[in-house]
Amino acid sequence: MVGLVLVSHSPEIAKGTAELVRHMAGEVEVTAVGGDSDGSLGTDPERIQKAIEELEAGEVLVFMDIGSAVLSAETVLETLEPDVVEKVRLVDAPFVEGAFAAAVMASTGADVGECIEAAQEARTEPKLHEEE
Amino acid sequence: MSATEDTLAVVKEMAAAMEENRKHLTQLDSAIGDGDHGNNMQRGFQAALERLEGTESQTPADVLKAVSTALVGKVGGAAGPLYGTAFLRASTSLSGKEDLSSEDVAEAMEAALGGVKQRGKAEEGDKTMIDALAPAVAAAKEAASSGKGAGEVFRAAAEAAGEGAEATVPLTARRGRASYLGERAAGHMDPGARSTYLLLDAAARALET
Repeated sequence: MVGLVLVSHSPEIAKGTAELVRHMAGEVEVTAVGGDSDGSLGTDPERIQKAIEELEAGEVLVFMDIGSAVLSAETVLETLEPDVVEKVRLVDAPFVEGAFAAAVMASTGADVGECIEAAQEARTEPKLHEEE
Repeated sequence: MSATEDTLAVVKEMAAAMEENRKHLTQLDSAIGDGDHGNNMQRGFQAALERLEGTESQTPADVLKAVSTALVGKVGGAAGPLYGTAFLRASTSLSGKEDLSSEDVAEAMEAALGGVKQRGKAEEGDKTMIDALAPAVAAAKEAASSGKGAGEVFRAAAEAAGEGAEATVPLTARRGRASYLGERAAGHMDPGARSTYLLLDAAARALET
């Protein structure tokens, strides 16, 4: 099974996105990591690392919102044990839509590649459809 | 003083500089960033001091490693992973050494620069701390190869970093929040370049006295 770690500068954005994802994708493991070490706006590599290590999922997809979320996640990858790093992928996709698409795909038992693809497609999938 | 004690003295002076310039860095960051650089750096170096007080560092590399861990854990913004990686790479380059030559110091600085470039995927001219650190490394290497002591190596690095930071003023940014501002980022100094200068200047002061 594929699990998700959601890294946002804002605790509320991380929590809210996780809530949305869980609602739509049921049993998929999702951990929200929002804010810095004081709970203010920012990112916290220590908690990102802990979240990744504690997921039971065989594959872990990490979604990041902006700026330092990416730098923090990349820094964590450098410090993880090799057997953990192997199962982690940082996903270059929109935070909410990407996590949502990946989790729905994961809930069907899809493999990690299919989940990443679904997340990336969320970037170009139009929200407004022109009338035919 | 041993090289380990020197390194500790450098970190203490850096922490004092971040304390003293907290408002100044935050003001720079408020113009083009998210206005937290001063607070973040102050908090990170305070955490580094606390971490160092609680552990016994055997080598300069141990000291720098502890600083790296504190900065990554406590800074919160992009500066955490960036400076954290810089100190980690500097630590790795000095691994196992108890005494440091001027060349070692310059090499550690070069390793730090390599780490920042890799982590931030930025180059010179992007209006980032690299605009201060890259010329600093060049100046440090030149000073080291002409037989200068570690304090003079940091002094040369700090002067080059100061000029590099000044030179970020007219630039537009290609990384970080400021990159969304386009031309509106021009006319402001990059806060990360400024903090790089302040840190190198603090290191020079610690070793000159």
